[in-house]
Amino acid sequence: MEQLAQQLVNGLALGSIYALIALGYTMVYGIIQLINFAHGDVYMVGAYVGYFCMVHLNLGFVESLVIAMAVCTVLGVVIERVAYKPLRKSTRIAVLITAIGVSLLLEYTMMFFVGADTRTYGVLPPFMEQSFNVGGVLITMKQIIIIGVSVLLMVVLQYIVRRTKVGKAMRAVSQDADAARLMGISVDNTISFTFALGSALAGAAGVLVGVYYNAINPLMGVLPGLKAFIAAVFGGIGLIPGALLGGYFIGAAETLVSGYWSSLYTDAVVFGILILVLIFKPTGLLGSNVREKV
Amino acid sequence: MKRILTGLAAATVGLAMLAGCSGGAGTAQAPQGDTIKIGLNYELSGDVATYGEASVQGIELAAEEVNAAGGIDGKKIELVKYDTKSDAAEATTLATKLMTQDKVITVIGPATSGGMKATIPVAERQKVPVVSGSATADDVTVDGNGVKQFAFRTCFNDSFQGTAAANYAVKKFSAKKAVILRDSSSDYSKGLADAFRETFTAGGGEIVSEDAYAKGADNFNAVMTKFKGQQFDVIYLPGYYTEAGKAIKQARDLGVTQPILGGDGFDSPVLAEQAGAQLKDVYFTNHYSSADQDPKVQDFIKAFEAKYSAEPNAFNALGYDTLKFVADGVSRATEKTGEGVQRALAETKGFAGVTGTFDVDENHNPVKAVVFIGYDKDGKLFSEKG
Repeated sequence: MEQLAQQLVNGLALGSIYALIALGYTMVYGIIQLINFAHGDVYMVGAYVGYFCMVHLNLGFVESLVIAMAVCTVLGVVIERVAYKPLRKSTRIAVLITAIGVSLLLEYTMMFFVGADTRTYGVLPPFMEQSFNVGGVLITMKQIIIIGVSVLLMVVLQYIVRRTKVGKAMRAVSQDADAARLMGISVDNTISFTFALGSALAGAAGVLVGVYYNAINPLMGVLPGLKAFIAAVFGGIGLIPGALLGGYFIGAAETLVSGYWSSLYTDAVVFGILILVLIFKPTGLLGSNVREKV
Repeated sequence: MKRILTGLAAATVGLAMLAGCSGGAGTAQAPQGDTIKIGLNYELSGDVATYGEASVQGIELAAEEVNAAGGIDGKKIELVKYDTKSDAAEATTLATKLMTQDKVITVIGPATSGGMKATIPVAERQKVPVVSGSATADDVTVDGNGVKQFAFRTCFNDSFQGTAAANYAVKKFSAKKAVILRDSSSDYSKGLADAFRETFTAGGGEIVSEDAYAKGADNFNAVMTKFKGQQFDVIYLPGYYTEAGKAIKQARDLGVTQPILGGDGFDSPVLAEQAGAQLKDVYFTNHYSSADQDPKVQDFIKAFEAKYSAEPNAFNALGYDTLKFVADGVSRATEKTGEGVQRALAETKGFAGVTGTFDVDENHNPVKAVVFIGYDKDGKLFSEKG
């Protein structure tokens, strides 16, 4: 029982990371129907910015997190403006291939500058190395920070999307871009804003993972990016609550598979889930079938 | 179109001339003149470039020392160095080139078992020995068809390490129950795990749980939580430092307090960086320890630090020993040919290197002692002979 509770805490921390990345995938898909494969690499860049701030500039965790989010925000907007905007009228496959190209560009540019070796975040402040024993379940401060920061960011995101003007514009563009334009909404700016939001969340996830595992490398975004994509599809791509549900579900599934079966099967199970979802509910758990646009 | 064709033709002619020049230079030199040519066939770029580069540093230092002491029978050693790009097919091509064009008397390298194994058929055909300082897979020097006559190494093999670790677990920690966590994508890890399991269970121990992770894994929380729910005395973690550092840290963070044992894959400063203050009660088998007070080892460390301004690691030490081992073989060989050196190397007795004194056994493996490097319960580094 204790072990199950411990595994669920582990799964919750991992799921928070997946959910943060999945949000970026799902928002971008919701607004321009693009699977932004470079998203996992924005997360990697976030981890490196955090590393640079904490190790070389000796900044604290919160400052590093904010700087990483800011840098990723700019990076996300630049990627959108340079790589995707000129292709707005092209076929979707052209944009998709461009996304893969941007992904490779980010990975190998980073490798060129920092090398392929794993880097570590070094010694963390003592308060982050604490752990608490709650009825036999050991919860580390890092897990609390990951879960806490993720939940906070998700609440902020919900507020922006539901309660602000720009959030309303995002929802309008995702429903019908042409109609939104007729209503006087700047579609291009709204799309850029969506990229900015998603990239900021990915940057935060990168720093959180760097602190959690204390190891980063230029290809670290590939697999978590894919898993977060699966999380987004699982919950219903394009839907923000779907990404949250998917992220936590995939995190818990992975942890339970390696906890009660074997670590070797985690990826197989996760990708198996993707196949099952695509067969039985192609729009995802929370998706509805009527959302087909002309 | 026509212009492109002419351009291409000119380029081809140019290339052919270049090729002709280099070929000419290669054959113009006498096969064995006033130098003794030794080939270096190492991973200088690509995935495992750190292993190749480290080995070559040790080899070059040793070659300088031999040459400064007058060379072998008055002849200087000349190193011919190529980069395999961490690719086994490239290693085969370069081994052929070294043996047929450069006419080297012996080839040293590659560093990894996969690369080394790819060059052995060439060695057998050309009758030139290949020697590796770090190819530890069991089947590098011997397989079902018997010993590979022209393959040698100066490091112990994988099953030896696994066996030594199992004995250490029983002797030092009175371990009765162990869990194994290995890297599913490496033969090295599997070799160590198999040998550990065999020795440990043969001695009456029990493996209560076994799991594996994929290369590049980050999250060990789930598997360590699983282990925590079981009764055992030691964890055997035969993997590379990249994953092992993360696994150790996460295990200790979760309150898994049992000793963790590993192999020479732990030997990197990155292990300590990743595990940080949680690097406690961790022990691994290794080829060499820089804390060894043997004057030969201390002299080597001084010379290495003077040349490279860094403390030598096991790959540096093994590379150094490998060149000295080959030089010793060449000096004892009655005829200075590949076959002559092969006979001399196979008869090596009591070669004293910085990674230990050894004889070469009938399977072309060195018979040597293993060193245990450990971080005790307070995280203090120590080493002891196994």
